[in-house]
Order: sequence, then C-alpha cells, then structure tokens
Amino acid sequence: MTPAPGNDKAPRPLVEVQDLAVKFVTREATVRAVNGVSFAMAPGEVLCIIGESGSGKSVTLRALMRLLPKRRAQLSGSIRVGDHDIQALTERQLTEVRGSTVSMIFQEPMTALDPVYTIGDQIAETVVRHEGCSHRAAMKRALDLLRLVKIPLPERRLKAYPHELSGGLRQRAMIALALSCRPSLLLADEPTTALDATVQIQVLILLRRLQKELGMGVIFVTHDLSVAAQIADRVAVMYAGRIVELGSIRDVLLRPSHPYTVGMLASTIHGGRLREAEIEVIPGSPPDLRWLPPGCSFAPRCRHAEPECTLSVPLPTGIAPDHMSCCFKADRLTRTKAPNIIA
Amino acid sequence: MEIAASANDAPALRVRGYWRTVGYRLRYDYVTLFFALVILLIALSAIFAPLLAPFDPLKTSMAYRLKPVGFRSFLLGTDELGRDMLSRLVYGGRMSLLMGLTPVVLATIIGGTLGVVAGFVGGSINMLIMRAIDIFYAFPSVLLAVAISGTMGGGMSNGLIALTLVFIPPLCRIAETAATQVRGLDFVEAARASGASTRSIILTHVLGNVLAPVFIYASSLISVAILLAAGLSFLGLGVEPPTPDWGLMLSTLRQAIYVQPYVCALPGLAIFITSLSFNLVSDGLRQAMDVRI
Amino acid sequence: MKPTEGAAVTAAEGLARGRPKLDTVPPGDARDRGGKNQPMLAVNGLKKHFPIRGGLFNRRIGSVRAVDDVSFVVLKGETLGIVGESGCGKSTLARLLMHLIPRDAGELIFDGEGVEEAHGLTLRELRRNMQMVFQDSSSSLNPRLPVEDSIAYGPRAHGASRAQGKKIARELLEKVGLDPSLFGSRYPHELSGGQKQRVNVARALALNPRMLILDEAVSALDKSIEAQVLNQLRYLKRHFNLTYVFISHDLNVVQYVSDRVLVMYLGQVVEIGPVEAIYDRAKHPYTRALLNSRLSMNPDDRVDEAPLTGEPPNPVNPPSGCRFRIRCPFAQEVCAARTPAIGNWIDRSSHLAACHMLDAASGHSGAGPLPAGVAPNPASPWRQTSHEGAR
Repeated sequence: MTPAPGNDKAPRPLVEVQDLAVKFVTREATVRAVNGVSFAMAPGEVLCIIGESGSGKSVTLRALMRLLPKRRAQLSGSIRVGDHDIQALTERQLTEVRGSTVSMIFQEPMTALDPVYTIGDQIAETVVRHEGCSHRAAMKRALDLLRLVKIPLPERRLKAYPHELSGGLRQRAMIALALSCRPSLLLADEPTTALDATVQIQVLILLRRLQKELGMGVIFVTHDLSVAAQIADRVAVMYAGRIVELGSIRDVLLRPSHPYTVGMLASTIHGGRLREAEIEVIPGSPPDLRWLPPGCSFAPRCRHAEPECTLSVPLPTGIAPDHMSCCFKADRLTRTKAPNIIA
Repeated sequence: MEIAASANDAPALRVRGYWRTVGYRLRYDYVTLFFALVILLIALSAIFAPLLAPFDPLKTSMAYRLKPVGFRSFLLGTDELGRDMLSRLVYGGRMSLLMGLTPVVLATIIGGTLGVVAGFVGGSINMLIMRAIDIFYAFPSVLLAVAISGTMGGGMSNGLIALTLVFIPPLCRIAETAATQVRGLDFVEAARASGASTRSIILTHVLGNVLAPVFIYASSLISVAILLAAGLSFLGLGVEPPTPDWGLMLSTLRQAIYVQPYVCALPGLAIFITSLSFNLVSDGLRQAMDVRI
Repeated sequence: MKPTEGAAVTAAEGLARGRPKLDTVPPGDARDRGGKNQPMLAVNGLKKHFPIRGGLFNRRIGSVRAVDDVSFVVLKGETLGIVGESGCGKSTLARLLMHLIPRDAGELIFDGEGVEEAHGLTLRELRRNMQMVFQDSSSSLNPRLPVEDSIAYGPRAHGASRAQGKKIARELLEKVGLDPSLFGSRYPHELSGGQKQRVNVARALALNPRMLILDEAVSALDKSIEAQVLNQLRYLKRHFNLTYVFISHDLNVVQYVSDRVLVMYLGQVVEIGPVEAIYDRAKHPYTRALLNSRLSMNPDDRVDEAPLTGEPPNPVNPPSGCRFRIRCPFAQEVCAARTPAIGNWIDRSSHLAACHMLDAASGHSGAGPLPAGVAPNPASPWRQTSHEGAR
C-alpha cells in the first residue's frame, strides 16, 4: 500500500490500469479474455465500459477487485485504485479494501444478496466489519442507507428478506449494501440490464445522484449505448479484450472514430430511425477468444480494413485531447461525417 | 444476398464433439483409467475363470484345510474345507459381478421408464408413481434387501429380485427429476408447438437428455450393489453353498480368522477392490461427462 | 412459398398513404380461407388465471391473474407489436395464442375458424398455420440434436420422410442465412447466439406457417446481432408472406418492426393503435410514461426525473378498477370504482386506450379529448403509495 506521488496540475487519477491482461488457462485451451487494457479515471467521474458479450468488460471489472478464480485466471499488468496496488495486496489486505475502498454491484441482486439474512443484517454486518462499530449503530446506518436509496418504508424493509422485495427494490438494497462503507470507487456490472424500462431509469437516476452527492467514482459496465448516454462522463469501448476507443461521452457518441463504434451506433435501433431503412449491420460475429486473429482483432469484420491491419495491433491514436482510438485509420474516419444518430 | 452472407462470414469454430471431449478428459484422468483397468482385469478373470483357476473350486480336501498363502501349489491358500482360494475367488468374481450388475441394469430399465413417464406426464400419475416409490424409499436399503430376500426365502434369484426392488426407487427418482426439468425447457415446448405426439417427444427430445444423469447415477450404484449382494450372501440370504461367492466365503471363513487371517481376509479384499474400482470409475465418468460447453 | 406477387396491385395504395407495401396481403395465397378482410387471428375475452396452492391439502388460495379479459385482432400481413413490462402477461399470452397452455375463458379464432370446435381447425392443423420463435437461451434447442434434425422434427412429426425433412431443413437454413453444408450437422453449443436464433426461426418456418409469434426473439442477443436477425426477419416476412406478432419489452425495436402496437399492463390491454399514433400521440398515461422512460442516445438529452415511480405490481392481487391507478398521477375516485373500457375497435387505424380520461361520461375531471388540463396529483388518495414496490 505504498502511496504514489501526486500530480499537482490535475488531481491524481483514482484508478490507473496499465496493460492489464487476463488469461483463463485450462488444459483444453487458453482464453485471452483481456489483452492489454490501459485507462485512467479521475475521482468522482463516471466511466462506462461498453462492449458486447465476449468483449472482456466484465472480466476487466472483476480484475479490478481481483474477484477472478485464482487458479484458472492469470493476471498481468498493473492496477492501482486509490493508494492501493491491487496486484500486490495480500489476501487479508484485499478483503480490507473490498467493501471499503472499492465496492461492486451486480446484475442479479438475487444471487448477490444472501437469501437467509435480512437486508438490515447484511448491511449492518458489512459496516461492523469495516468500521468496527456496534451492531446498533450499524443498523442505524443501514436505515439511513435505505433512505438514501429511496426505498419506501425503510424501517419495514430493514427486516425483510431479499426474496420479499421486488427486482427494483432488491437492486436498490444492493446499492445500499455497496455504499455502506463509503467507497471511493463503485463498480457496477450491468446492474440495470435485467430491469424493466421504468425501473431502470429510476435506478440510473438514483445512481447518478448518489455518485454526485458522495463524490464517488463509478465504473459502469453495459452493452447498451443509451445507458451510457444517460449516465456516463467518459466511455471506453471494448472489443475482443481490448479498448478500441476511449473518450468523453460526447466525443465517442457524436464523433466516433473507430469502425466498431461507428458500426455499433449505426446498427442500434432507436427512436428516430426510419422504419423502412434496412439496418446497417456489422457482418460476421465476434472472434473466439481462444484463437484471436493476428493484428487488429476487428479487421475481419471491418469495412475499412486493409492488409496492413492484420500485421500488428493498432496502438492508441489521439484524436482530440481526451479522445483516443485504436485504429490505423482513426484520423481518416473522424474527418468523414459521422452517422446522424440523433434523429 | 448480403443478408445471407453475413452470418457465414465468421462461422463459429467447429468445436470438438461432445464424446471426443469426454474422451480427451478421460485420457488425462489417470486414477479413472487405472481403476477401469482393474475392473477390466476382474471382469476378464471372471469370464475366463475356467482357464485361470488352477483347481476345481468345489473340490474339497480334508488334508489341506486352511493352508496359508503360497502353500505348495495353492497360490492363495485354502479355505476351511480345503478348497483352493484362488480358484474360488476367480469363480466368485462371476457371482459378485452378476449380482452387482444385473439388479442395477434391471432397475435402470424399470425405474428409469417409470421415472420418465412420471416426470413427463406430471399431474396425478406423477403423484401416484412417486408416492408409491416413496414408500420403498422409507426403508434403509440394506434392511429392505434383507427383508425382501428373507421373506422370499434365500437363493440367488430371490436375492436378485430383492436387490432390483431396492434400486428401483432411487433410479426412478433421478429419472423423474431429470424428466421434469427437461419438460420445462423451451425446445420441448417447441416440439409440442409443432404438433408432435407425446410419444415422439419423449423418444426424441426427453430421453436423450435424461439418459446422461440416469446412467451416471446407475454406474455409481454398481459398487453399492456389489456390497449389498455380498452382504446378502454373508447373511445366508443370497447364493447357497457350495457355490463360490465372495460374501458367502467371508461368512464361512469368519471362524477361521484367528487361524489364517490373511486367507480369510482375501474375499473381503476382493469385494473392497471391486466396489472401490466401480465407484472411482463412475465418479471419473461423471466428471468427464459433465461437459457444459 | 412464393414471394408476394400481388404487391403491385396495392403499390399505388401504399404510396398514396405514404406507408410501405408490407402491411397488405396479396390475393392468391392458396392457404388463405377467410379473405382479405378477415383478421388472421381474433382474440376475444381471453383469460388465464394460474392457481396458487397452499395450505394443508394444496387448496387453491388465490390466483395469479396473468391474462385478464384480453381482446384484439391480428390482421393479415401485418406485424403487431406487443409491449409491456414484467408481470404484464405477454409471455402467457404468447403461449395461450399457441395453445401451449389451456385458456380459462375466451375465444381464439384463426382466419375465421375456431380451434378444436365442431367445424373448425384441429389443433394439428393450427400448428401448421401458426408457429412460435422462442427467446434465444441455452434451452431453446435440444443440445443433443444437430440443428438439421431440430428443424426437420416438425415436418417429420407431421408425416414427412427423413429425406424430405432433411431437404426442408437445408432449404430453410439457407433462407435464414446459414450455409447448410457448414451448419447442418452442428450442435447448438457450436453456434453463436445469433446463429442459434436463426435456427430457431428456421425451425418455426419448417411447417410453412402463415403466422409467427416472436416471443422476445431478439432480446437476448447483442445489439449488432439483433440488427442482423431483424433484417433477416424482415426479408423472411416478405418472402414467405407472413404475419408477425412481435412481443418485446424493448420499445425501440417494437417501433421499428411493427405496423400496429398493443400495450399491456398487468394482464390487460391498455392501449392499441397504429405505431405512429402510439409513439407520437399516446393516449394512456402508462404508455406515455413507458415512452418517456426510454433512454436517448444523445448525451445532452438526459432524463432527470423518472416518469414513473414504483414497480410493476404483482398480478396476484390487482387493484380494483383501473389497475394502473396505483402509479397513475391522474388517478381519481372513479378510477378505483370502475375498470375503464377500451372502446370498440373498427379498423387498422383505430387508436384506443382504456382510460377514464378519454371517456366524457366517466366522471373523471379530466375527461375529454386529451388529459392535458388535469394536473397530476401525487397526494391523490387513490394512489395508495403503500403499494409502491410491495410484492
């Protein structure tokens, strides 16, 4: 837990990840889930990691807390969260950090919450564990948290079991649990994917509000670009285990400069799209992570691909001060008009 | 048409077939392979017993009673009536394997069919079958086997019937659980939606998916069956003397244990090794077949 | 299985209305029995209550009113979108339409004929006319059968020989965009999500149906694959002259594919109408809230306040009168007293909603053409906030 030197020009990034790579090794094959991910996140910022299934976004998130199975998963690269070098922590130090500095919420609250304990007990247990206060004080804190996440009738809900709550309330309870020790970083793995539209928007608004109030950094993983549009400050687009585009939300959505991002935006069905127009699709399907193609992993599906794209992996190219894209043709793409997705 | 082309551009890689993956996993599972070899040896020695046994297993000899291991040409000693242990063990293997495998096979067929029918049809038929099965389940298997076999009088065929009856309930239950689970799956609904008959749906869709868990469970029952069969014989409810049978041999050699401990332990050892081998192999098979791709 | 031939006849009609030619049924489809104006499917008063059993003897102590008095029609050649949140009953409705579960009350009339009635269609005949595409999941295809056999199963169950079945399967695989020689003998676990879904569609088409029910058919797919499958569905609809019922929770997708849309809430139909009318001029407060809950792709256009609080309630004990009144900002006394009627459906352009505010005779203070004049009253006693989020 050695403190890193600060930067007096800008606040030190809350999260710094360099060349993170995760491999799942079994006798049959090696799955390269994450292949060299690097990014930094400022405190109090919301970073959305967007990708489809197989892009490595959930694995990246779990690597930040070292939640991956120890024997099968091989991590390399460096991860710094706050003052902690995550790779260097011992098991005990790791359990100290989890829950207090870094917290996580998941897609399925039913599996993340323990079904045999009441909500109040679960939150109180976490508080007692990390802050060492009495159970009574912890229960009071739990009540405050339930009020914070706007659960109606919080006193009654303290004594409720997870299965007695509906999906949206369980999700809020999970958020309360995650916030119980005032983490500086919240990791969210598709928490709203399983929720109805009317509930999803409530939870997203809640998250945004809480994030602002508590000054927390949030890394939010999703496959839905509109969710990112709703809450993100910055966006990282992942494909086949690499970040292919990284920038502010407006830059990436309005001025996309990677063919994959452009393709995703063009094929997303949203309000203003003409009904008769055939949707432009990205041909083919994502690569098998056991046998990645050489060079740029998107090249087989890319309409701008040229032979040189398969020779080496493209390095991040800066497009604008805070906007980078991993494509050999990045600047050429930004100069052409981006598809008009805001109808 | 470009729509048609797009799905083929990057077809999912051809994965190794299911059975080949099972084979691949087994190839590195040395424990399972070793004990499978042991089973093979036991089975071969049982089948070729007449060729392997140096003596007639039934020939008694008052002069050479309870001789130790390696006495003259009796490689494993003799029993209390002077019969060659090796020959009796080798012939006894036939009995034990028979009494171990037959009930399981029969119970799988009967119990499995009952279970699949109960699971798939559901409703009152399910209740009828399963509650009847539960009655049998209430008894500990050993007691039940002893009770049935004792009531019917001893003997090999009664022992087989008793053991089959003991194993029907668990196999029925496994099959019913599997069938109920499969019944709720989308592809079975789709089969119903296409207007197929119940019989066709069971044969084509349900059976194939139920067979695996039933087969694995049945293979784990073989070791139990061998033990139970030996137990029945030990109690005098199975095979009748002088037929060589490991359990029976254990029983008759019991009194002589202080005279020739090693010789008397041999049938027990045989039962133990056989049962253990089946147990470990079935476990290894379960792990190899549990391939969730 | 010939492509639409009579499309030219209605082209002028289509262009004149500014709408595409997709929603007309051409004459000459040999299987057509009822004629152009006969709805493909007419649903009247459909009800399905699932019993909840408990107590000592498994008595019926309550029921889940999954589908409660649902009526609508599906016109030939159209795509009817059905939207709703969890608990609204759309999945149950799909299975009721397919006759996979028995209904408690109501009629289902296919092309003018009842099913399993004296002079109507048999269930087996219905199966040849109406098929369902399931959501992509690990259990939508039999993991032990090669996809060819899965597709051929339907025709073979109806008497086709092995060779015929295989031929149908291979033709369909090509039609859905999968090379039969590459994919025919593969197992489901060797296919990606999008490819499996295409196989699902091929399986549904194997019996040459006239109508397809797509139950969340693209919901589990990645967005880029979703787009591919939707394109494919559009092509197939034209090619095979199909009628679609498209069930989804995704409002954007429904808007893209549907001609008319039906909105469900807690087992009932709350609004039905042409797609532009619903999306631009929704009449029911729930539909409006649902549409306002959509997230935009524009980062400058963020929603600051949730249009609807609370959760979709449990269909076990629905509120009296209008079921939406618990969450409705315009709820008044009459909403608890009487269930609003949806009105009479006349033709494909009818736009109906079940709300007291649209019925001048209801007694609701906001009754009139549009409920613009009534201020929402969060403190209204008819909202009973204690129900919020309760199970």
